[in-house]
Order: sequence, then structure tokens, then C-alpha cells
Amino acid sequence: MSLVLFIEQVLNGLQFGVMLFLMAAGLTLVFGVMGLINLAHGSLYMVGAFAAAATAAATGSFVLALIASLVFAAFAGVLIEVLVIRRLYERDHLDQVLATFALILIFSEGTRWLFGSFPLFLDKPDWLSGTVGLPFGIVYSRYRLAMILVGLAVAVGLFWMIAKTRIGIRIRAGENDREMIAALGVNISLLHTFVFALGAALAGFAGALIGAIQSVQVGMGEPVLILAFVVIVIGGIGSIKGAFVGALLVGLTDTLGRFLLPVLFRLAMEPSAANAVGASLASMSIYLLMAGVLLFRPRGLFASQ
Amino acid sequence: MMSKEALLNTALMALLLLVPLGAWFADEPFLITLTTRAVIFGIAGIGLNFALGLGGLVSLGHAAFFGLGGYVMGVLAYHAQTYTSLMTWPFELPGTTAMTIIWLVAICLSALLALGIGALSLRTSGVYFIMITLAFAQMLYYFAISWPAYGGEDGLSIYVRNRFVGLNTMDPIQFFMVCYGLLLLVLGLVWAMARSAFGLALGAARQNEERVRALGQKPQRLYLTAFVISGAITGLAGALFADLNRFVSPTMFSWQTSGEIMIFVILGGVGRVFGPVAGAALFILLEYSLGGLSDYWHVYLGAILLGVVLFARGGIYGLIAGREVAHD
Amino acid sequence: MTFKPFAKPFALPASLAASLALLASAGLGPIAGQAQAAGVKVGMITTLSGGGAGLGIDVRDGFMLAIKQSGRNDVEVVIEDDQRKPDVAVQLSDKMIQSEKVDVLTGIIWSNLAMAVVPGAVAQGKFYLSPNAGPSPLAGKGCHANYFNVAWQNDNLHEAAGAYASGAGHKNAFILAPNYPAGTDALAGFKRMYEGELAGEIYTKLGQTDYASEIAQIRASGADSVFFFLPGGMGISFLKQYADSGVGLPVVGPAFSFDQGILQAVGAAALGVKNTSQWSKDLDSAANKAFVDSFQAEYGRLPSLYASQGFDTANLLLSALAKADVSDADAFRAALEAADFASTRGDFAFASNHHPIQDIYVREVVKEGDVFTNKIIGLALEDRSNAYVDDCSM
Repeated sequence: MSLVLFIEQVLNGLQFGVMLFLMAAGLTLVFGVMGLINLAHGSLYMVGAFAAAATAAATGSFVLALIASLVFAAFAGVLIEVLVIRRLYERDHLDQVLATFALILIFSEGTRWLFGSFPLFLDKPDWLSGTVGLPFGIVYSRYRLAMILVGLAVAVGLFWMIAKTRIGIRIRAGENDREMIAALGVNISLLHTFVFALGAALAGFAGALIGAIQSVQVGMGEPVLILAFVVIVIGGIGSIKGAFVGALLVGLTDTLGRFLLPVLFRLAMEPSAANAVGASLASMSIYLLMAGVLLFRPRGLFASQ
Repeated sequence: MMSKEALLNTALMALLLLVPLGAWFADEPFLITLTTRAVIFGIAGIGLNFALGLGGLVSLGHAAFFGLGGYVMGVLAYHAQTYTSLMTWPFELPGTTAMTIIWLVAICLSALLALGIGALSLRTSGVYFIMITLAFAQMLYYFAISWPAYGGEDGLSIYVRNRFVGLNTMDPIQFFMVCYGLLLLVLGLVWAMARSAFGLALGAARQNEERVRALGQKPQRLYLTAFVISGAITGLAGALFADLNRFVSPTMFSWQTSGEIMIFVILGGVGRVFGPVAGAALFILLEYSLGGLSDYWHVYLGAILLGVVLFARGGIYGLIAGREVAHD
Repeated sequence: MTFKPFAKPFALPASLAASLALLASAGLGPIAGQAQAAGVKVGMITTLSGGGAGLGIDVRDGFMLAIKQSGRNDVEVVIEDDQRKPDVAVQLSDKMIQSEKVDVLTGIIWSNLAMAVVPGAVAQGKFYLSPNAGPSPLAGKGCHANYFNVAWQNDNLHEAAGAYASGAGHKNAFILAPNYPAGTDALAGFKRMYEGELAGEIYTKLGQTDYASEIAQIRASGADSVFFFLPGGMGISFLKQYADSGVGLPVVGPAFSFDQGILQAVGAAALGVKNTSQWSKDLDSAANKAFVDSFQAEYGRLPSLYASQGFDTANLLLSALAKADVSDADAFRAALEAADFASTRGDFAFASNHHPIQDIYVREVVKEGDVFTNKIIGLALEDRSNAYVDDCSM
């Protein structure tokens, strides 16, 4: 195993982590401000990917497709927030889990009804295709590098918005004391709709970015959703900083685990058994990580209270 | 004078018995199989409801116990049918096709797993608890898929149902009666436990931990006990479900399974002893009536679930028998 | 041990087999009285909703097209959706056998669902014609007189890929598949016919969609070619990311990741990839031309591999019906074994374990106008049977 290969794998883990952060940021914000656990967040990711694929097919422009993913996912977010989600804020988590589970069913089969059962086509633009040369002789995918940079930029923007802007102050206030912020005369229901739409847009954006190198199909959101939950639980639910650290941890653990565990087992076993055992253990690694973190910090790494 | 809830309980149990009997006379064996499915899902739901309704523990990982029960059946029967041993060292352990032994093993192992998962998960609460139980089930799901000895993702088929003294269990009505009998037994046990000192203390802990602590009880221990009992019951249901299908696969561990078990509880009415049975029966009814309507029946199912959560809080029991729960 | 009506009851202990026999004969009583002359009732269990529905829909459409073309109105087909869940499939097969009282079952796409349904169905005296899945247990020790596979044994296309890789001069292949039974079978199948060295062998997580890590290892391995088996969305993701990585080694795979349904989603990333298949839309035979044209006319899209398998399955059934009554199980079985129908893939015969003996071709992904599709470039294996014939005592 060469150092170059190892660095490339670290970059891959970083890229995966940054995309997970886009998913997890919305989840953790919505929980922090509204106290809502939203299983249908994966559906918004899917909506973004489908909107991007349809737009790219119609216009041929990747930039327009990305904009469409933001707009449509935000729109879908506003729609379900107004129709369904806002009725759930005062309910217990059980009702929230079931209602958003129901939304997954509706979104998934509704999308299949609209777009059919086969995966859709979405590809990155030519100017992001191919590879770039990095220092130390590393050859890396241009698109993945762009994903890392875009993801980091979004993360910085999000931190800035929450720390410095008026809306960010209100969001922080809403996390700390829900009654007080209403008493201050802030239109609380508008704030809630905004936060939900922001989370939805980020999820949809992630869906479009990832859809370009994976497949755009019904059900694509749920595996990512579960990973995003693992991320926010590790990071501490409600904490943006926690979501960022958690996302990178999960991204790196998963990527390096898949890469290193079979190598490790090959030291002690014959190759094909080592590959199988290593792969089995790698598929459980992030859940072990989560169990480990919760053992020592039951409320995650950056618990707010 | 019976309360509305008692009337509803009686009607439900009578219906669950009369439908398969009628189907038996009319030679409609599939209807019996469907009802058996509802009964088994009902038992799984009762298990979850014990933790959720009584103890307020929202577990999104009960598929772990359901699946473990299923695999206990699959593995024991597989070894018995192929005349191989589960292990030969330090002592020889053969498989078995006796249902009673399989049930016992399923219950004990599920309880043990619940003890482990519960001890770790109960360090957290609220959303963390939901998510960590989900994560444990996912861990088992991936393990079951990638472990090749018992079929991996293909699952494990056994070709004949296991034995129960004096019965031909391949006959749908006889197998149904076995499941129905177990349902009654579980209902009776849960009903008694809910009214025991333990059940009352648990209910009190859910509502006010401080008061229970002041009375010298340890809420954590109460929760853990409830979680273990809950897991054991769901594990039993898993063994029955695998026997019904004569097949077990990692799907039983999937998070959708956890979600469905939760749906049974909520459709029926959280905290009602008979609620999950009604919920499971309704779910099966919906699945088969909507499935015939369109390929996209999940949309309708989703809409109905949404309607129940938003407008019919308390599920079927809340709608028909009113809001108040006797021991709450 | 020979028990009638079973030629080979899955190597079960005698007592179990006997109880099965009793059960089957008890269950068969009323059905025998009901069966009408010549007519047949078919139960189709396939995936019509959720992920993977595209495959089931194609099998169904191909099957129903053949029934329609036959002009027979005494073939009744009951179609149910298994949602790709094994437990649902088992329930449906119980329903088909107990309530609908079907004579023949078919339709299942996935090996794990077939393993759940087929043994029980054939043990109860039903015929099962598989239009897609061909798991190795059903070809070997678990073979059964009433089970016929009309598609392929699962290993076949991978074996063909191995043979092609050797023939094309690849000497150092990197191979990968998901970590589940069909995945390990795939790599075993490839290695069975491949003569070169392996640069690496990876099992990925089932359902994995990001392959950056694996592609990096391929790049570093010094391989001269890549073989992969990643069905459905996994294959789309892998191909797009592989094409973008600039690794550029030749790729070989089974047809599943390159079929008509999903090629459009992969796009240009698949161009030039060699894949192995027992069927292709440009196969030069009158039966195939007629099938491709009529499928397009009927449904407005190009047929896929799965559609051709559904179509062949129905035609096999129809050919047997023309010769024998389904209530006469022995005669009907003999008629099926003869495989006397015009297959869309040319010559077709059954091996002694009721799996196909057929040619397997190499195809290349090309673009015709705006549509991505395949064209045949050669023959990978001629008259290929399967590796499990000797394990089956039938």
C-alpha cells in the first residue's frame, strides 16, 4: 500500500463526509430549532436529484440543474412544512417518526409514478470531467475535488449565516428558548418554514451533486438518511459544528474501513476469506463508531445542553 | 357492564378467530394464512408496545429481535434437517424441529440481546434512543447479509414447518390455532404485568421519574426490564413469522421492518394492550385491499398513515373507545 | 431414496419427505378434479413496485406479449407484486397455490426470493418456470423435476466474461462484486473460466453507491482489465465514477449492468464496455426480429434482456401446452424438457438439471442515434451448460 493511495483514500473520505454534512446540516437544524425528527429528509435529497436530472435533460445545463435542485427541494420542503410538518412540532417523537415515515412512502411511490421505474440519467458537465494532478503525484477526480470545495464553501457560508446574520441570531435564539423568541415578536412560523426550506434545499443540492456520479433512482435517499442520522447523533443533535465533525468522522471511517480492514485481515487469513470478513466488518464500522461515541458521550460530541 | 374498550377487545379477538374458521369451512386456506400473519405481527407489536406504550421507550430497532427470533428458527431447523450439529466443542449441540424448544431459545436469546442493546441504549434518551436502537438493528442487518454460513442475503429456506406435538403444522388452520393460542397467552401475560407492581411503577416512571426515584425505585432498572421483556416477545413473534413462511432472510432485520412494527402499534393505539393486534389486522387488510387497486398503493398507505397521525391520535382504539386509558 | 411423486426431495430426511408427500397429495386432491382440458392457470409473482420494479415489469410485458400473440384464451395469468420482499413472495405463492389453485408459477426476478418460494412450490406439485433467477442450489443438490430455468444458471454470464477476458488477452484482472451470495458466485464463476492472474479482488457493501475507494485501489493495483458484477443502481454509480476517474482500463461485465433499461441512465460512461449476454436485440434470427419489432410496437420501447426472458418463458409454456395437458404432470414435464419453441436467442435446450444449454455472446455498448444500446461482437461460450449438472441427481 503506497502513501499516494492512502492520501487518495483520505480525500475520498473527506468528499463523502462533506456531502454527508450537507444532508446532516438540515436534519440537525430542524431538530435544534423545531425539535422535529424528520425521516423524510432523504426524500428531499431524492427530489433534488430528480429535479436536477429532469432539468439537465430539458436544458442541457448542469448549472441550471443544480439551481433547479435547490429550488424544487426548497419548494417541496415548504409544501410539506405548511401542510404536514408544522402540525407535528408539538407532538412527541413517535408521531413525528410515523408521519414522516408516511411521507417517505408518498414521495417514493409518487416519484416512481411521475418518472417511471428506471433510473434517470444525470452527468457532470465536461468542464468538471476527468482528473487533476495534485502535489506528490496524486491524480484525483476533478468533480470530486469540486464537491469537496463546494461542500466546504457551503459549510463556511452556513457557519457565517448562523454566527453573524440576523436570521442566524433568531435561529440560535430559537434553539435556546422557543417561547422567548415568540415573545420578542419574531414571526416564529415564518422562521420555522425558512429553516425547514433551507435544510430541504441543502439536501436537494447534495442529491443533485451526488446524483451526477451515482444513479438517480427512487429510494436513493434512505441509505443516506440513515448515515446522516448516525452523523448527527455522533455530533450531538442540534449542533451544526457537531454535524460537521460527525460527517467527516463517518466519511473517513467508512472509506478507510472499507479500504484498510480487508488489508489488515489479509495479514492473518487467506485472501478471499479476508476480503469477505473485512468487508463484513467494514459495513458495520460506522455503527460501531456511533455506539462507541455514545458510550462515552451519551448526547454526542458537541451536545448543546 | 363492559367498557367500550373491553367490547372492542372481545370483538377483535372473536373476529380473528371466526375469519379463519369461516375460511376453513369455505376452503379458502389463504385467508387463514393472512390472518395468521396478522396474529404474528400482532404479537410483535405487543412486544414493542410493552416498551413503547408502558415505558415510553421509542425503539426504532425492534427488527433486531424480530430477525433474531427468525434466525433462531432457521438455524435450529436447518441443522436438524441436515443432521449436522450447531457446534461440536466444548459439547455437541444438535438442531431441533420442535417448536416449543425453538420458541424458548428465541425468547431467551432475544431477551439477552435486548439486555445488551438496552444496557447501552438506555444511557441515552429521546431522539438519541430512537437512533441508537436503529443503529444496532442496522448493524445486525449488515452482519446477516454478509455472513455466508446461513445463506447471507439469500436467506435460509426450510421446507417443512417445525413440529408441535400432536398437530400437523403444515395445515394452515392448525398452525393458525397454535399462533392464536400464543397470542392469547402473551396478551394475558402483558395484561397481568401491566397491572403488577412492576407495571405500575414503570407507568409512573414514564410520567414522572423524580417521583418514582423518591419512592426508592430505580427508573433505569425498570426501563431495562421492560425493554428485555419487550424484546423477548418480539423475538417469539419472529420465530413464528419465519415458521409461517418456512423461510428467514435479512429483510427481517431491515429498518423498514422496525418501522412496520411501530406502525402496528400506532395504528392500533399506543399503550392499549390489544392495540397492536388491531393495528396489525388493519395493516394486513390495507396491504391486501390497496395492493389490488394499483401498483402505486404505497401512496395510499402513506396517506392513510398520515391521516391517522394527524387526525386520529390514539389509533383505532382512540377513535372508537375514546381517549382515556384505564391505567394511565 | 425414491419417493413418488418426487424425483428428488431436496436431500431431506425420509420422514420429512414422507410428510411432504402426504401433504402434497392431500393438497392436490381438489385441484385435479378442477383442471379443465388443455387450459392452464399461471401465477406470476414478480417485482412491480419499489426498487428494481423495472425488471419485473419487463418480464411481465414480455411474457404477456407472447400469450397475446398465441391467441389462446384458455391461458389465465394471475399477476402479483412481491415488492422485492421474500416474505411477501412466500405469502403470494401460498395464495396462488391455496386460493387461486394455479398449475404453473413463474416471474421471480431475484435469487433470494426464488430460494424462498421455489422449493415449497415444487414440493407441492406445481411447475415453476424461472424467467430470471438461477441460484446454484436449485441447479445442484436442490434441483427438482418440476423446476425449469429458462434464463441462465447464475454463474453463466460471469463464466462467459472470464472466458472472454482470457480470449481477449487480459492477464491481470481486477475483480469486484457486492458481498452477498450472488456476488461471491459471480467472482467464482469468472475465475472458473479465466486463466490469467488477479491484480485484486474486492467485495463491496451491498447497496453501496460510492466507489471512489475501490477505483483508487484499481488504479494502484497495476491491473490490465476490470471485471465487475454490480447489479442495478450500484453498476450505474460504478461506471459513471470509473469513466470519470481516468483509469481507462478495459471493462468486462455481465449484461445486467448494461441492459436497455439502465443504459440510458449510465450514458456515455458505458460506451465501449464489453458485456456478456445470452441475448441481444441484434441477434440475427427471424424469431428475435419478430419479437423486437412486436415488443416495440406494443409498448413503445426497446425490449430488454428481461423482456426476452419473459417472452421465451411464455413460449416454452405454450409449446408444452400444445403437446400435453398440464394435469398429466409426467407428459407435461416431458413436453417442457423437449423445449420445442423458437427462442429469441437461437438454439435452446435443457441440460439434465433443467437449466439452459445455450450460446453466450459478447456485446459492446454503442450509441445508435440518441439511444445507447448493445451490439454483438462475438461468441464467448458455445453451447454452455452449467457447473452443477453433476451435483443434481435427476
